[in-house]
Amino acid sequence: MASLQIQNLQVAVNDTLILKGVNLEIKAGEIHALMGPNGTGKSTLSEVIMGNPRYQIIGGNILFNGQDLTQMTVDERARSGLFLAMQYPPEVPGISNADFIHSALNARAQEKAVAVLPFLQDLQQQMQFLSIPEAYAERGLNADFSGGEKKRNEILQMLMLQPQLAILDEIDSGLDIDALQVVAKGINAMRSCQFSCLMVTHYQRLLNYVVPDVVHIMIDGKIVKTGGFQLAQELEQTGYEHLLKESNHE
Amino acid sequence: MEKSEIPAVRNNNERGTSDNFQPLFSTGVGINEATIKQISQAKHEPAWMLGLRLKAYQIYLQKPLPSYGPNLSNIDLDHIKYFQRATDHVARKWDEVPATIKQTFERLGVPEAERQYLAGSAAQYESEAVYRNLKHDLEAQGIIFMDTDTALQNHSELVRQYFGKLVSADDNKFAALNTAVWSGGTFLYVPKNVHADVPIQSYFRINAGRTGQFERTLIIVDEGGSVNYVEGCTAPNYSEDSLHAAVVEVFVKKGGYCRYTTIQNWSTNVYSLETKRAQAQAHSTMEWVDGNLGSKVTMKYPSIYLAGEGSSGSMLSIAAAGENMHQDTGAKMIHLAPQTRSSIVSKSICHDGGRADYRGLIKYASTAAQAQAHVECDTILMDNKSSSDTFPVNEIATSDGTIEHEARVSKVSEEQLYYLQSRGIDEATATQLIVMGFLEPFTKQLPMEYAVELNRLIQFQMEGSIG
Repeated sequence: MASLQIQNLQVAVNDTLILKGVNLEIKAGEIHALMGPNGTGKSTLSEVIMGNPRYQIIGGNILFNGQDLTQMTVDERARSGLFLAMQYPPEVPGISNADFIHSALNARAQEKAVAVLPFLQDLQQQMQFLSIPEAYAERGLNADFSGGEKKRNEILQMLMLQPQLAILDEIDSGLDIDALQVVAKGINAMRSCQFSCLMVTHYQRLLNYVVPDVVHIMIDGKIVKTGGFQLAQELEQTGYEHLLKESNHE
Repeated sequence: MEKSEIPAVRNNNERGTSDNFQPLFSTGVGINEATIKQISQAKHEPAWMLGLRLKAYQIYLQKPLPSYGPNLSNIDLDHIKYFQRATDHVARKWDEVPATIKQTFERLGVPEAERQYLAGSAAQYESEAVYRNLKHDLEAQGIIFMDTDTALQNHSELVRQYFGKLVSADDNKFAALNTAVWSGGTFLYVPKNVHADVPIQSYFRINAGRTGQFERTLIIVDEGGSVNYVEGCTAPNYSEDSLHAAVVEVFVKKGGYCRYTTIQNWSTNVYSLETKRAQAQAHSTMEWVDGNLGSKVTMKYPSIYLAGEGSSGSMLSIAAAGENMHQDTGAKMIHLAPQTRSSIVSKSICHDGGRADYRGLIKYASTAAQAQAHVECDTILMDNKSSSDTFPVNEIATSDGTIEHEARVSKVSEEQLYYLQSRGIDEATATQLIVMGFLEPFTKQLPMEYAVELNRLIQFQMEGSIG
């Protein structure tokens, strides 16, 4: 069964149409890459799946495990197994990273609270895995983190929350090669037949470390081409230029 | 909180008919010279104290109400009981405590014995043994720690040396009133080079439930001594008295250190008008940590006179103002000597139409070369009905000092809310987390159990206003 199914999705921001009929299907266990030039609607798609209130859905459907996401609040979507690693994670001073993740886990656990000790052990283990210094557990959530540290922290949250579907919005931007490898290691650790992922990126670089099953190219609010990993490799050679021309022809 | 549940002031007959109670000594409502003489006589005070009281009473009569800040014209000064024996506060049966107050105790997880005490329905909290041990430890170090009435009897000369020297009766109308009718409060003397390493709170956490209307607190930290004093409690202080006008004076001698932490959570019928002042001598440090929840009106601007070279002072405060509450708080830093430093961090939350204003003063006298001050005011408004203002005043008579001033008023950020929600946390819980994060610079300075309680209380208080 498809984990995520998007049908003819049209989305506007401040009355400007950004997504002009997107169709996308991600099956459980698959990793997809969504590529395309700046300003074509990739982040809009990520945010609208999560439910960012800035975006208005004009038409179409978003189904997650058969459920209509558009009828759910942001936190309900998250609790049903959706995760978004944001392009610019905000800073929330005064709430420690550890407390925040613990609260998020508790929100899922509903009735019985997540025991603190095993939680801390698990957190410590995952932080080690991602080469995040131990002290970051007690630091304010993303507070005074560098861009790269924030990205790594998003991956840490993903590992702790174990979503069924993760959307990673430009998780590779602003990362040096070491950080990129750490982030890729985190994503690869999630791979399983129950986990699916949509990686939004400009560059092929990340895809060398996390090889996608499917690659989509989005231009001007539509997915114009879908293929395998070799599509990303071709793009590296040819760039988006000719695809842009093609789409203008239409 | 729970203003509608607070019963009107009950009359004495009702109390008198209660089986457990003897009629207690009270001067009744209103104030005049005769009642002041009665108070002084009942407490067997030395003649100089009576003289001070009578003089203060004359000043009280002449002084007008403050011309700034919240409206105080609704206080009926003629219908206040100015003196009653402390045990009179025990007149309430547990059954008579409003349900909402009981519910708050429940929610806060306040132990049963403490609840009764805080609500004024138990005379003694069963911590006598703890208190005795603590008292013994303190005495062994030469620390004098007792209520101010007892100190006046046992250490009359020491009290006389300091009483009213920082806050004189003619400072303001309510300081005059306090001087005229004061009762209770804390007296604390820390000798030279003694570090009061037992945080003086374990007993007072409980005792604070019985703070009087006109407390008088006097703290002296002698040269090189230090103390970390904590009073008040986060549990709602249910009071029938509508006016609380305390005076606090703190003297920190050369090289000394004093931190004075207060948390107050008055019921919403209370006007809390306090005068708190400290003097810091050379190379000493004075820190106020001050939390104000509840009350109808609070006016409180703790001040520090930085009188000695290289002394420093700080004020860290929070105010939470909900429906029908007006918190007018701030701090005054008076720099009188060279190389003095001060810092004011004021955080407030306004919800359900509450109002929290900051009113502060930084003053550099001409003798305060190279002074430094930092002022930071942060407010979160939870809704459009609530409001906040800042009234900072700088009076500078030097040319080589520096002042930093930052003020921010914000709403709970939608971006932060969305982020927390995107991890599965519902909107109400996310809002609470963000507010707790906002208050964290304050709560992290509190003893652990206070911090936990304060967080729970603010969550509880704001519950209706979010989500």
